[in-house]
Amino acid sequence: MEMNVTRRQFLKLSGAVAATLAVVELGFDEKKARAESSDFKIAKLKPTPTICPYCAVGCGILVYSTEDDVVYTEGDPDHPINEGKLCSKGTTVRQVYTSEKRVTKPRYRAPGSDKWEEVDWDFALDKVAKNIIETRDRTFIQKENGITVNRTDSIAYLGGAALDNEECHLLQKLFRAGLGLTYIEHQARI
Amino acid sequence: MTNHWNDLQHANVLMIIGANPAENHPISFRWITKAKENGGKLISVDPRYTRTSQMADMYGQLRSGTDIAFIGGMINYVLENELYHKEYVANYTNAAYLVTDTYSFEDGMFSGYDEGKRSYDKTKWAFKTDEDGKVLTDPTLKDPNCVFQLMKKHFSRYDVDTVVGVTGTDKKMYLDICKTYGSTGEVGKAGTILYAMGTTQHTVGTQNIRSYAILQLLLGNIGIQGGGVNALRGESNVQGSTDFGLLYNNVTGYMKTPEATEVDSTYQGFLDRITPKAGYWVNTPKFYTSMLKSFYGDNATKENEFGYHYIPKLSAGKNYSFMRLFDAMYRGELEGLLLFGSNPAVGGPNARQEKESLSNLKWMVAVDLFETETSSFWQKEAGADPASIQTEVIFLPACASFEKEGSVTNSGRWMQYRWQAIKPKGESKADLEIVHMLARKLKDYYKNSSNPADLPMKAMTWDYGEHDHPDIDLVCREINGYDMKTKKQVKGFGDLKDDGSTCSGNWIYCGFYPEEGNLSKRRDSTNEGMSNFLNWSYAWPANRRILYNRASADLNGKAWSKDRVGIEWNALEGKWMGHDVPDFVVTKGPDDPTFKDPFIMIAGGKGAIYSTGLNEGPLPEHYEPFENPMLNSFSSVQFNPAVQFGEKEMNPQGDVSKYPIVATTYRLSEHWQSGAMTRSLPGLAELVPHMFVEISEELAKEKGIKNKDKIFVSSARGEIEAYAMVTKRFKPYKLKDKTVHQIGMPWHFGYKGIAIGATANHLTPHIGDANSSIPEYKAFLCDVRRA
Repeated sequence: MEMNVTRRQFLKLSGAVAATLAVVELGFDEKKARAESSDFKIAKLKPTPTICPYCAVGCGILVYSTEDDVVYTEGDPDHPINEGKLCSKGTTVRQVYTSEKRVTKPRYRAPGSDKWEEVDWDFALDKVAKNIIETRDRTFIQKENGITVNRTDSIAYLGGAALDNEECHLLQKLFRAGLGLTYIEHQARI
Repeated sequence: MTNHWNDLQHANVLMIIGANPAENHPISFRWITKAKENGGKLISVDPRYTRTSQMADMYGQLRSGTDIAFIGGMINYVLENELYHKEYVANYTNAAYLVTDTYSFEDGMFSGYDEGKRSYDKTKWAFKTDEDGKVLTDPTLKDPNCVFQLMKKHFSRYDVDTVVGVTGTDKKMYLDICKTYGSTGEVGKAGTILYAMGTTQHTVGTQNIRSYAILQLLLGNIGIQGGGVNALRGESNVQGSTDFGLLYNNVTGYMKTPEATEVDSTYQGFLDRITPKAGYWVNTPKFYTSMLKSFYGDNATKENEFGYHYIPKLSAGKNYSFMRLFDAMYRGELEGLLLFGSNPAVGGPNARQEKESLSNLKWMVAVDLFETETSSFWQKEAGADPASIQTEVIFLPACASFEKEGSVTNSGRWMQYRWQAIKPKGESKADLEIVHMLARKLKDYYKNSSNPADLPMKAMTWDYGEHDHPDIDLVCREINGYDMKTKKQVKGFGDLKDDGSTCSGNWIYCGFYPEEGNLSKRRDSTNEGMSNFLNWSYAWPANRRILYNRASADLNGKAWSKDRVGIEWNALEGKWMGHDVPDFVVTKGPDDPTFKDPFIMIAGGKGAIYSTGLNEGPLPEHYEPFENPMLNSFSSVQFNPAVQFGEKEMNPQGDVSKYPIVATTYRLSEHWQSGAMTRSLPGLAELVPHMFVEISEELAKEKGIKNKDKIFVSSARGEIEAYAMVTKRFKPYKLKDKTVHQIGMPWHFGYKGIAIGATANHLTPHIGDANSSIPEYKAFLCDVRRA
């Protein structure tokens, strides 16, 4: 069990195990016991359907979450490709949320510094915008040999294969159609 | 994929080459297993005996980088033994086309080569046409200059003995594979080819795939249920991100990026250049103009050529692809780098050199869920001296897929919606929100500028709401497209216009969001026939599940097989009907002269056995990898003559005398890509905690290495240390005149996260395919020794 399961969750989970054992010892119908024990964890939660973020098979996953925690995930039984099944990665998707390695605040590393500083979003986005504007405006080529080219070859963009389509559209729009970047590449190339 | 995952169950024979779905696309294997339960045969072709091989009826071992030899021999076998689908080949492919007399092929080289430029004049390979530009044909396929005869002659050199001397495959097994896969040429049978990065990541990667396509066309396997050429894509939305044009040479929907040339200096000139004279792509101007309208809205007018000049024009002839980008960074030409979920310090070729180039940047922005080896390249842990690195780095925490909403497109082109299950963790945000906030800031900065250079930013529309969090529904509507006047959603790309009256962010997706609503959200899993699930999500284009499905029916429009009905011509109804959305004009009947032209995207409508589009020739030819253990057996030309070299210092070359062992990289079930999203999870880190290298028992004995020993693997680019996994899964190859060893290793590891280990890409070369510029990760030379 990973590090950041809260005490309340831990009790809840071990409670589920204890309940299962007790029922079995009392000789109840096994199927019914299984149904009840799985009810226990997620009974009051509404599952949200999602698609696995790893490979491109596109398996369906149901996410059972509270306001501030992902309680349980399982394969979506209605999904025509995986019909409820998941692989090792898909099964572990809850930990993408719970992993203590998640970065949850913007960070800044000053030139020459040997550490990150935690900063707020305004500071971070202002820095990003300032850098983009400074480099773009200074390196922008509006015309080349009399032809309007409207580009900068000094800023590169990489990434997108794990993003949503809607995000890819806006990234294309801002960085190519708006800012004039030419070095636009992502994982499909490599 | 031309087909989709559920459809794999319909194949009589499946050949998996350069892919390992049992481990890398595990759930897809259910449908492969189903095909086997239905009596289908499974062939696995791979340098390593994988878990896919273990499930296969036949396993063909091949040396990394010899796919064209392997498939070339199969094509030759199919032709010599007349196993091909004669009616299909004669009518649905360009086999009957005549080729001009300027075409020639001699000792590994096609005609028209310019040694100085390392490129061909492709007009030398053109088809022969009459005065009206119509291609001349010989329906008997006997003319020595017809595609069929030229192909036959070309591949006649790929005899079985030469082939297995190059690939290292057991001869008897090879012949069994040829026979078994060749059996799908029988009318009514279906064979499918599945491939992944084992195929593409070579200096001949594109021609590897071409060789599969030729074999599939010969056997009549394209367009049918249970057939196809199927790329198993490895990331949840790598299909979508490609469709959405996040590549230097493509804008959305596979349309070209303009260049700074005289021809492209006007929108009309550009459109004339990129729009073919025939085939469905004649509609390009409608798609392009609609895309420009989605970028610039009412600021794209007829008078300003629909904002065409706001799109940046590439420097003419310049390659801006991934490796060239790092070359430019190495030379200090780049100031800034924006990373949205990208980790080249682990995933890039010659990754250490690429990582070191990062310190030439003035600034870097990393948007990610986890700290990666790239975003922390300046740290001591990375072997860097922080004080000497002047790059300013800003890390923006992104949230996970289920902490936001939006759609992803799977390998089978299904655009599936993901709903938000929980609010973003901590202060992390959706990438959509991040780009939205940034765009609003930048728009605001440029809004009062009178500098002509800032016109594109001013003209770009950004109407997704006035709050930090954008209204995703408005983004979805814009991607589909709508009528600019009525704001009504367009029904499909057939309704797009070139006069500026419609917009569409991505024409191939146009149709997913009609007035009725966003169809990617559909969850009706009823199987209404052939497991195409037409009411589940949405598949581009036009909700079509099998591409080229006209070819699933014979010359009269009847299905080749009663068991595999895709679409059929219904004479009573006067239209194509069946289990799929027709990839053909629905009402085009037998009276139409183009009734037998199934490949509607291609001018002429015939499947391309012979193609003038690729850089190294109209037919695939075997060349050895950049680093190779033997002389080319098929010609005196050792290396792909059309491959372009980049920065020399980024790409040292190893020689077989110093590095005698062939190496390849691969993936594991438990980890994914550069590892940030798996090595940071305790569950997956525990399952596979260490970096390892698989070596054969024979090589281990030669080198005095035992299982679990620490070993060094070195190449011309660097050296890594890892555990040895001594295995039966690799076997030495018996090639023409020598025995050669191969090793393999996962490429997921780096020094961040919970499970850490050496980065395999410190070893891989910085050179790529002559067409796609994908790096040659899958065949390079190395040496191994005990640590």
